[in-house]
Amino acid sequence: MVRRMGIVTRLRLLSLAVIAMLWAAGDEAVAQDLIADLSSHRVDITTGFTGADLLLFGSVDDDGDIVITVSGPRESVVVRRKERVAGIWMNTRSMLFDNAPNFYAFATSRPLDEIARPEVLARQQIGADHLRLRPAASSDRLLPADEATFRTALVRRKQAQGLYASDPGQVTVIAGKLFRTQIHFPANLATGTYTAVVYLIRGGRIVHAQTTPLLVEKVGIGAEVYTFAHRHSAIYGLAAILIAVAAGWLAAAVFRKV
Amino acid sequence: MYIYLPIAEMSVNVLTILLMGGAIGFLSGLFGVGGGFLMTPLLIFIGVPAPVAVSTGANQIVASSISGVIAHWRRGNLDFTMGLVLLAGGIVGSSFGVLLFKFLESLGQIDLVIKLCYVVFLGVIGSLMLLESIRTILQVRQSGARRRKLHQHTWMHGLPLKIRFRKSKLYISALLPLGIGCFVGILSAIMGVGGGFIMVPAMIYMLGMRTSMVVGTSLLQIIFVTANVTFLQAISTQTVDVVLAILLLIGAVVGAQFGSQFAVKLKGEQLRGLLALLVVSVCLKLAFDLVVTPDDIFSIVVAHNG
Repeated sequence: MVRRMGIVTRLRLLSLAVIAMLWAAGDEAVAQDLIADLSSHRVDITTGFTGADLLLFGSVDDDGDIVITVSGPRESVVVRRKERVAGIWMNTRSMLFDNAPNFYAFATSRPLDEIARPEVLARQQIGADHLRLRPAASSDRLLPADEATFRTALVRRKQAQGLYASDPGQVTVIAGKLFRTQIHFPANLATGTYTAVVYLIRGGRIVHAQTTPLLVEKVGIGAEVYTFAHRHSAIYGLAAILIAVAAGWLAAAVFRKV
Repeated sequence: MYIYLPIAEMSVNVLTILLMGGAIGFLSGLFGVGGGFLMTPLLIFIGVPAPVAVSTGANQIVASSISGVIAHWRRGNLDFTMGLVLLAGGIVGSSFGVLLFKFLESLGQIDLVIKLCYVVFLGVIGSLMLLESIRTILQVRQSGARRRKLHQHTWMHGLPLKIRFRKSKLYISALLPLGIGCFVGILSAIMGVGGGFIMVPAMIYMLGMRTSMVVGTSLLQIIFVTANVTFLQAISTQTVDVVLAILLLIGAVVGAQFGSQFAVKLKGEQLRGLLALLVVSVCLKLAFDLVVTPDDIFSIVVAHNG
């Protein structure tokens, strides 16, 4: 399963690269308004992984504001609300959000509200408040006001986990042409294909957008342990017990001599 | 130094995990409890997802229990006959417990049931033990050499199927340890713990075993219960994180050795009093969390990826 996903994403990356090359070749004569790239298109989750910082950089031909969003793979999230029942706090209501990005970060060259109106930002899902999060049909039936509360709660909890940005990062623009920003990925990052989008906004309107994929993968021993645990779970379980038995016995044997 | 846990999918400080394992291993060797009732909440507290905490905790307890059992066995504090009878009950109980768990899950609120189980059992057992050990300590101080009777005769001694447990110097019905094992099995399936904190007092007060003998014997049963949990979780939920387990057990096996050495220096009632204090404080903490207004009344859980 994991490997198949890896191949698919690799193929997708390859096709994107091919398209980009063809596009670049055809457009060679025309000056590009917006070019952007990441310092790396992979984040490897190794045994010593404690988070990663990537540099997103590029150049613009015209003046305008730069806004960058990075979003992770989509996942289903259950949001639960506790209520006091007979003095005890227990989960009562819950709502399922089908399409929440696992990770969301954004960076801007100027404060967002100075760049464009909320409708424009909402259309492109720029800013954590503008993410399109809708409860699934199977959720508890709640009032629209409640729905908004659950939605805000989801964003708030994600922010508490460091997976959604609370404040935008700073896009530095040099001489009105070159721009760069640092994107931080925390240690509790999920694997999958991430998407970085660079927008050029002028006069409150989006004039250009460029999408760059980013692959987050487990590599090394950690990846092998994960795959083994899922493919050969019975052997994995027995091995886990054997390791524990051996360790316990070893410790007892060592301490006997002391 | 940080290490990324492949199943828990998070990065942790190696030293923190080693110390946690060591502290819980020490208590495990000292009191004969697996330490699951401390380990699971602690792991969740540092951010490990709850299912991974339960399964990995069980895996680690296998190691510290084995280390503890061997140490107690060398001192002759192990009653194999008693352990086997308890285990037979434990297997029946935990199989039934798994079914009960599924039933409660289908009703929803399994989380609350687990927490309430913790509060009720830790609270009742902890306070009873605390009172008893304080009384014993005071009696010893006051009247010096006043010996208690070996045990009182109650209805329990009228039960059939009597077996002689030589090591424990008991001649009691096999139904008693069988019942205790079964009951503990049910609870360990629901609460995700070895059940030592229930079994230890049950063996002391209901069976009348010596505290020193109880510790090793209860650990023997815990090995099998937790190994079973580890295996079942690895198959059904893939939530056993061996990297986390190895780190925890390095700390725990060492801690357990120190714990069991230290246990010899303490008197039975002191040991019971300390365990009671520990159990009561964990209970109070859990009860407090249930009643106090949470920081955020909302919580999120990832249902599935994609």
